[in-house]
Amino acid sequence: MRSKVQPEVFHGLPFQDLVLNLERFWSDRDCVLQQPYDVEVGAGTMHPETFLRVLGPDPYRVAYVQPSRRPADGRYGENPNRLFKHHQMQVILKPAPADVQNVYLESLTSLGIDLPTHDIRFEEDNWESPTLGAWGVGWQVLLDGLEITQFTYFQQCGGVDLDPVSVELTYGLDRIAAYLQGVDNVYAVRWTKRLNYGAIRLAEEEQFSTYNFERADPQITRKLFELHEREAIHLLDGYAKQSAAAKRRYPIMAAYDQCLKCSHLFNLLDSRGVISTTERAQLMARVRQLACRVAEDYLDQRYSAAPHEVGR
Amino acid sequence: MKGTGDFLFEIGCEEIPAGMLSAAIRELQVILEKFISASNLSAGAAVISYGSPRRLAATCSSVLLRQSDEVREITGPPKNVAYDNVGRPTRAAESFAEKQGLNVGQLYIVQTPRGEYVAAKIVSKGRPADKILAEVLPKTIAEIPWPRSMYWVGIRSVHFIRPIRWIVALLGGRVIPFRIDEVVSGRRTYGHRFLGKSRIDLRNSAEYVDKLRRNFVLVRPEERRRRIESELQSAGSKGGIKPRQDASLLDQVVYLNEFPKVLRGEFDPAFLQLPKEILITVMRDHQKYFALERRDGTLAPGFLAVINLNKDAAGIIRAGHERVLRARFADARFFWDSDLKCRLADYLPKLNGVTFQEKLGSYGLKVERVRSLARWIAEQLFAEGVHEASVGGVDRSAELAKCDLVTDMVREFPELQGVVGGLYAKAQGEPEEVSWAVYDQYLPAGLDDHIPRNLTGCVLALADKMDSLVGCFSVGLIPTGSSDPFALRRSALGIVKIIIEKRLPLSLSGAISRASSILQASQKGITSDARTEILVTDFLLERARYALRERWGFAYDEINAALAAGPDDLVDAMQRIEAVRAIRKTKDFEPLAVSFKRIRKILEKAGPVAEWRLPSVHVEFFSEPAEKDLYAAAATVAKRAEEDKRARRYKEALERIAGLRPKVDAFFDGVMVMAENSDVRKNRLTLLSELLGQFSTIADFSEIVVGDHS
Repeated sequence: MRSKVQPEVFHGLPFQDLVLNLERFWSDRDCVLQQPYDVEVGAGTMHPETFLRVLGPDPYRVAYVQPSRRPADGRYGENPNRLFKHHQMQVILKPAPADVQNVYLESLTSLGIDLPTHDIRFEEDNWESPTLGAWGVGWQVLLDGLEITQFTYFQQCGGVDLDPVSVELTYGLDRIAAYLQGVDNVYAVRWTKRLNYGAIRLAEEEQFSTYNFERADPQITRKLFELHEREAIHLLDGYAKQSAAAKRRYPIMAAYDQCLKCSHLFNLLDSRGVISTTERAQLMARVRQLACRVAEDYLDQRYSAAPHEVGR
Repeated sequence: MKGTGDFLFEIGCEEIPAGMLSAAIRELQVILEKFISASNLSAGAAVISYGSPRRLAATCSSVLLRQSDEVREITGPPKNVAYDNVGRPTRAAESFAEKQGLNVGQLYIVQTPRGEYVAAKIVSKGRPADKILAEVLPKTIAEIPWPRSMYWVGIRSVHFIRPIRWIVALLGGRVIPFRIDEVVSGRRTYGHRFLGKSRIDLRNSAEYVDKLRRNFVLVRPEERRRRIESELQSAGSKGGIKPRQDASLLDQVVYLNEFPKVLRGEFDPAFLQLPKEILITVMRDHQKYFALERRDGTLAPGFLAVINLNKDAAGIIRAGHERVLRARFADARFFWDSDLKCRLADYLPKLNGVTFQEKLGSYGLKVERVRSLARWIAEQLFAEGVHEASVGGVDRSAELAKCDLVTDMVREFPELQGVVGGLYAKAQGEPEEVSWAVYDQYLPAGLDDHIPRNLTGCVLALADKMDSLVGCFSVGLIPTGSSDPFALRRSALGIVKIIIEKRLPLSLSGAISRASSILQASQKGITSDARTEILVTDFLLERARYALRERWGFAYDEINAALAAGPDDLVDAMQRIEAVRAIRKTKDFEPLAVSFKRIRKILEKAGPVAEWRLPSVHVEFFSEPAEKDLYAAAATVAKRAEEDKRARRYKEALERIAGLRPKVDAFFDGVMVMAENSDVRKNRLTLLSELLGQFSTIADFSEIVVGDHS
């Protein structure tokens, strides 16, 4: 049942203009515009610009697009709404401003959404990432019944209580684009004025669905998980032994990359259907343990061992 | 009245979760009334509370503006210590007066039960209400209980369900000044996010509800409910089509909107090929839409959405909701088609990879156990003459029962487990007996819910629940207090309800011990011993008592009386309870129950049974006519009652037994049980013991509580 990519009379913003408008909007509100992380992640939260930056007392504001891989969500490009890789626009505001809901709503205006003519609501949806030891409370924001954003006040990250609290806005770009363009099939979304989403991404969805569900070798994937885990543990074990001066340059961030690798490989094993419920919980706990150790060492490195000057 | 003023309090909040709002509204009222009365500020007027997603509020038409002065009397030293024999104050009196801030001359004498004492009158000046409320309102905010609160500034700042963004606090039209972190109390509130004036200044409590309504916020939940209900009818009822009744969905949407409006949308009738259950779940659980039903119960291709706005002039919102629903339905259809690409039974091997419980193994193993137990139950029932379920049908439905757990549809809609399996079984041509059994396997969900519609489903449900119960108890997962992660209370209640409502002749102990031996054969290392079986039995009987009381309305002592005489066959026990209830009102019954209780006490006090129990009653030891009479009458009644009992004519049997009352009374009037002569005494005790034994096999009369039937 290959979905038809129909020519449509397009309204609304092309996908890339949607991204540009949001980036401009948040850039105008003092956000650092970052780029996607170059390690596979399942969500924008896993980018170090969120995971590490929300820790500790320093204020920070950042926005970036994060292509997010969820191997189990792939549908060989056959389902009009499900993607192996979707795009999140991630915004972190630390500390959370008092008018954050209004600023967020204003960002929708920048996409050409005329707020008073729409049914916009904030419905309870608490967010949790068991592999990152992170959770927060908030809502999913619904636009005429469509979930367009996850809006979260972070409470904990890497097992650490957050103070101050960061607010995380995660826009689901693919479905917002489909909504704005009035198309039912994500592959029919116009990416540029001339090319649609399917022309750019369909092959990738097909191939990675095949890989994730059929071809990824479970033994090799398991082995890779263990290798990356070993490297992370090796790095993390080394940190405590460093002198104060050496700690500053110590690669905690590299240990975090290894942790992200593990998280992705775990997702891959899961989509291959080769892990039982019990093992699933155990593997998640192993990734979480790495994430929590990274958070702890990162805080020590940044704020105790060899503090960088603020603003540096 | 000058001394009072009106009170208004509003906590302005980012959107409060809908499911928590109604409890919070109630709590706010209770907490405020408590504080107002504890601070002596109550003028007798009630606190009324309100709430919508962005606010919790309360008003009171009249609160005292100042506490009245409080006069307290403090007792000091005894008179004879405080004054010397010529009546002059001593050092003790002076220091007491000094401590109270008074002169000795202001002390006086009071009479107490312990004698005469010195006393002082202390007047505490009442404080102004705004000062008190400025202290009380932050406490009120802190005291509202939430299932899970959050912080939004820093970890040491205030915790609440969602960030507090404004506070209105007025007394007699004046602001009660206080702050919660960065939020300072005032008179400014905020209306609907997109309609009316966004900033509204309030003068008093009287204008609160109306002024907000004019700005598109209905703060009274009842008002929103009425509006939604009437719009559902006007938008949904047309040409034989009606909105599907859904009280719990209505509860949700009442608390999801500040200014609700109902919109009607349509969907492609082609989706109606999907089962109704799935369509309703998508609309209800995922989109919070009301489904539309035709007279014959089938769905119409439309839905009702409740939006938080006053109009949808251009139809943009309707089109948006329709598009979202289309995508959701397309997903569901995708799952339906792809799940059905393989046979339901082909999912079985995957169940080996899904854990039911760590020590109890995978769902694959559970399926094997349930099959085996279900077959056994079916065979037992068949042997007892209950023939509407075939062993083959029961076995097949148990085999397929859990397959849907690994389908995409159930992964997407976990609340549809069982239902989806049943629908797939039907679509793949399984017999109706099997597909309905799979469909209904999780029933009943509670005391008032239906049991599975056919006997095959009842047997499957019994086996599944019994396996969970015995399994969890065997590995120590016994529900305590509010912790019952495997919903074992519900399982036990389900077992009881199915047996009783379906009138199944099934021995509880037999089923428990069968489940236990199947479990031990399936899982090495699990020893399900006699103690576990007793715990499971007690747990089931506790639920049975609850169900018999709450669902069938029997008095607890009637239930206890019948269960004490034998709890193993619940259907039989229920008939005996009915018999007890039927004859309870007759004149002899309760007095006889009193006598039986007396007999029990006498026997308990008589010492160890071995010391007095004779092999049988000896007629030659009788000395009083009353004991001879009782013995003879009891023998006749016992014989007849036994015949009645065997024919399950329990009421007749109990009536016969109750008819013994005059003889029993005469016995106690004319006979001294604890006679001097040991033969006579032992003989009398033996007579009573036989009486109790013979006549307690239908119901234990001594369990009946006399003079207190509820």
